[in-house]
Amino acid sequence: MSHKLAHAARNIPGTVSSIDWESLSASEARRLREFGLDEGVEVELVKPGGWFGGPAAVRIGRMTVALRRHVAEAIRIVVPAE
Amino acid sequence: MTPAPLVALVGNPNAGKTALFNALTGARQKVGNYPGVTVERHAGRMAFEDGRPVELVDLPGTYSLDPSSPDEQVTRDVVLGKQEGERLPDALVVVADASNLENHLRFVLQLRQLGRPMVVALNMIDMATRDGLRIDADALSAALGVPVVTTVAVRKRGLDELRTALAGVLLSARPTPPDTLDADITHFQREARRIASEAIIEQPRGRAFTRGVDRVVLHPVAGPLILLAVLFVMFQAVYAWSEAPIGWIEGLQGWLGEAAVASLPEGFLRDLLVEGIIGGVGSVVVFLPQIVILFFFILLLEATGYMVRAAFLMDRLMAGVGLSGRSFIPLLSSFACAIPGIMATRSIDDPKERLTTILIAPLMTCSARLPVYAVIIGAFIPATSVAPGIGLQGLVLLALYIFGILGAVAAAFVLRMTATKGKSGGFMMELPRYQLPSLRDLAIGLWQRAYVFLRRAGTIIMGVTVALWLLASYPVAPEGQKQSEYSVAGRIASGLEVVLHPIGFNHEMSLAVIPAMAAREVAVAALQTVYSIDAEADAEGQALGTQLAARWSLPTALAFLAWFVFAPQCLSTIAVARRETNGWKWPIVMIVYLFALAYIAAGVTFWTATALGL
Repeated sequence: MSHKLAHAARNIPGTVSSIDWESLSASEARRLREFGLDEGVEVELVKPGGWFGGPAAVRIGRMTVALRRHVAEAIRIVVPAE
Repeated sequence: MTPAPLVALVGNPNAGKTALFNALTGARQKVGNYPGVTVERHAGRMAFEDGRPVELVDLPGTYSLDPSSPDEQVTRDVVLGKQEGERLPDALVVVADASNLENHLRFVLQLRQLGRPMVVALNMIDMATRDGLRIDADALSAALGVPVVTTVAVRKRGLDELRTALAGVLLSARPTPPDTLDADITHFQREARRIASEAIIEQPRGRAFTRGVDRVVLHPVAGPLILLAVLFVMFQAVYAWSEAPIGWIEGLQGWLGEAAVASLPEGFLRDLLVEGIIGGVGSVVVFLPQIVILFFFILLLEATGYMVRAAFLMDRLMAGVGLSGRSFIPLLSSFACAIPGIMATRSIDDPKERLTTILIAPLMTCSARLPVYAVIIGAFIPATSVAPGIGLQGLVLLALYIFGILGAVAAAFVLRMTATKGKSGGFMMELPRYQLPSLRDLAIGLWQRAYVFLRRAGTIIMGVTVALWLLASYPVAPEGQKQSEYSVAGRIASGLEVVLHPIGFNHEMSLAVIPAMAAREVAVAALQTVYSIDAEADAEGQALGTQLAARWSLPTALAFLAWFVFAPQCLSTIAVARRETNGWKWPIVMIVYLFALAYIAAGVTFWTATALGL
């Protein structure tokens, strides 16, 4: 079962299953690719978006990045069953 | 004679490129500008073992050759040999963060296809080792087909090996220009991941320290409180720590003035030197300690990695006026000076957000306003306490900062609805790991800022001060007429006074506002010059504050303060805005809207204060 990275459990790594590139602007998509985001990459929600819509902190591979909510919602992940 | 080979340092942001550049070149650096853009060009020299000189340039960090902001554009153009004012580099040093190998290798692969001689510096290898990561540099070198050298720039480790490898690739250089460039980032990314997984012998546990700190620093409640505390300490320090050094500079200035008076005969030259140059330039240089302290904090926040966290925390607020957390960094720098602030906007990828940030940057209370504020507040606001530890003078100063910020918020909001209307550019930033800053890199950065400021004081500000002194001193007024009204400057001011009189400005203020177009702090020097030229025997030698208190009403003084909160009185800022926006359109918009705000604010202040009977 995949779910959106924006709603993922905190600090539990998962694997990117799909990315909705269509919902992102060209520059957002490019930056995400530059951050190394790709299907099969390990990601983890380090800090969820703030109460009033602040950005989320997400680990992509070995790098932590800030993403706004709609970007984190475009990424679907699969968390391996424990 | 062939010029020394040119080597460019390139790499992802946060790879430790600048630290490596500092380690290789030491203090032998030149900061300039690329023509047409305000991206700074940092160049320096080093020598190979055999003494051959090499010129090094440090290029802005970028994730790929597909630029999304002006500084990334410069990096791409230099690497491809398309940048005006820069020859094609003879070799590249690609700096990669050892603990973020997959990502940084992708850029290495993209650069490799250019066919230029290159060496990979696997930097911050000590941090990677500390995190439990072990990398086989030889395997990596074999897989990439280029020399790989492990370095620790801040500890100066691996530098000799890097120089040797560089000399090697320069000798055997047979550049093979590419036929076509592959622009598919994903392709490079997958290749990078494959190579990295082969070169990495042992996987790390992760960055426990950075994650632990971020848990607190990015916390929704604790985070903003910490940011507020950091900013509070920073602005307190600007005042508290600068008191003593300011005293030394004033002492030196007084001594120079007295020495000049004692050793020169009375006359034109002595007056020019004492009243024009020593007095005028001195009143600006006195300000160096505060600028250095403010930049110290800004450089420290950037070097430790906290600055990006501040941007993260501010993103929600900034989004409210159509900007993003990225704009926070240039705006914070603008509290020191709008010029580096405007230049720092080059890292904002969305053009409209960048333009908005440029247009509101002059509203941040820059350090050039401080002498003006300090003199007026000192003369007109009593040094009483409103509560224990909270003085009225400090409160007024804080209010001036807040007016500037509120003005900027309102201006950004209106601009994003009108002139710079557009979709939000989003907010995506790498949160680098926390690092202990290297003192040496801080010192080099501070020295560069201080040098730029002193150069400005020695050129623009001195020129304007001397010109004003001449215009205010001649023609000499006949008996019974005031020099400040009879002189050329006085007559120009009389014309301007017609416009400024309704908002409470007197003749001297109108006169001071003109040269202060060059730089705000000149207003203080100008008032000093006017009153010392005009001085009657009994007032000679009185401090400027005492003279102002005796001559200006309180509403007039408050109007003058309100004027300086908004007025775009800085030619350098206007020039840098013109260069950044490639034309006169936006600087003119900026000048017009800021002068309009200044006029209205000063007028409302004056009329209100007068009506209240202050």
